[in-house]
Amino acid sequence: MIEVLNTVSAWILPVIISIILLYGALKKVPLYETFTQGAKEGFWVSVKILPYLVAIIVAVSMFRASGALDFLYSIFKTPLEALKIPSDALSLMITRSLSGSATLGLFGEIVNTHGADSYISKLCAIITGSSETTFYVIAVYFGTVGITKLRHALLVGILADAFGIICAICVSRLFFYS
Amino acid sequence: MNYIWLFLIVISFVSAAFSGRIDEVNSALLNSANLAVKIAFSLVGIMCFWLGIVKIAQASGLIEKFSRLIEPLMSFIFKDVKNKQVYSDIALNFSANALGLTNAATPFGIKSMQELQKENPKKDSATNAMCTLLAMNTAGFQLIPATVLAILAASGAKNPTEIILPTLIVTSITFVFAIFMSKILERYFK
Repeated sequence: MIEVLNTVSAWILPVIISIILLYGALKKVPLYETFTQGAKEGFWVSVKILPYLVAIIVAVSMFRASGALDFLYSIFKTPLEALKIPSDALSLMITRSLSGSATLGLFGEIVNTHGADSYISKLCAIITGSSETTFYVIAVYFGTVGITKLRHALLVGILADAFGIICAICVSRLFFYS
Repeated sequence: MNYIWLFLIVISFVSAAFSGRIDEVNSALLNSANLAVKIAFSLVGIMCFWLGIVKIAQASGLIEKFSRLIEPLMSFIFKDVKNKQVYSDIALNFSANALGLTNAATPFGIKSMQELQKENPKKDSATNAMCTLLAMNTAGFQLIPATVLAILAASGAKNPTEIILPTLIVTSITFVFAIFMSKILERYFK
């Protein structure tokens, strides 16, 4: 099963690119010139995002390094344990919206300590796989166009993350808890 | 954003004072600024590549065809967007995300944002459509969580693919929830 999935996902890109190029050739588009023209914009887009990324990533990393998460952790710990949610999963839940690479790191750590077939690993797999890093997405997407007034965007992102975690807890209870 | 940013930084210093981790905070400050540069520049190559490919798809009329196909659904979610061509960029962003092609999704998403910005009357403030597009992306809808599967498989899970269905259920519900929340809350944030 997993090999089939891997093969399918490995072939998605080549198929899409071939379709676009062949269709372009069919319509007599000057492929090479058109490609390089479009590609020119790529560099400046990345440069434009940079200041926003620096602002967000620095603030989030400082926040994580300062131990402020431990404080949040101590607040949520008792109610979550009452709901039979493993406390190791909590740090991953809090980190999910803040940093993608840190989440993957935590997930790897949890799988290593508790085993890949444990309930907590499956719960964390669902949380990690079903969400995106809200702060990073905001920095990149709004950064490119210079949006500084977010309106409800951040609130929606965080509410959706919280809602996703609750769903993940319910669903993994249903599927995996024995 | 001003206050959230200030909050993150001030709280870091305050809690560093309590936990005695001021050295860690300082080194996080210096290292992560570099990390941000690395991330931004790691996007350059793939950005160029996809923007080039998209330009070809645009010139051949493929994008237009695609956007006509998905217009009914898109005009329902993005009612107030005037330029219908954005629909295809948004749809490509969504499809790439759904297929787990994060590297391809980002350039499409950025392109959608740029198009939406063109019809934005207040250039520093996000429009309703922008917030909805952002909600779609922060919710992170994905058909197959490839990275997670890879980690589980590498750590010797007996049946790693069993998480696909529950993940799909959660990510779908959350995705719909995010769009709804964005639609509801847009009335209260001017």
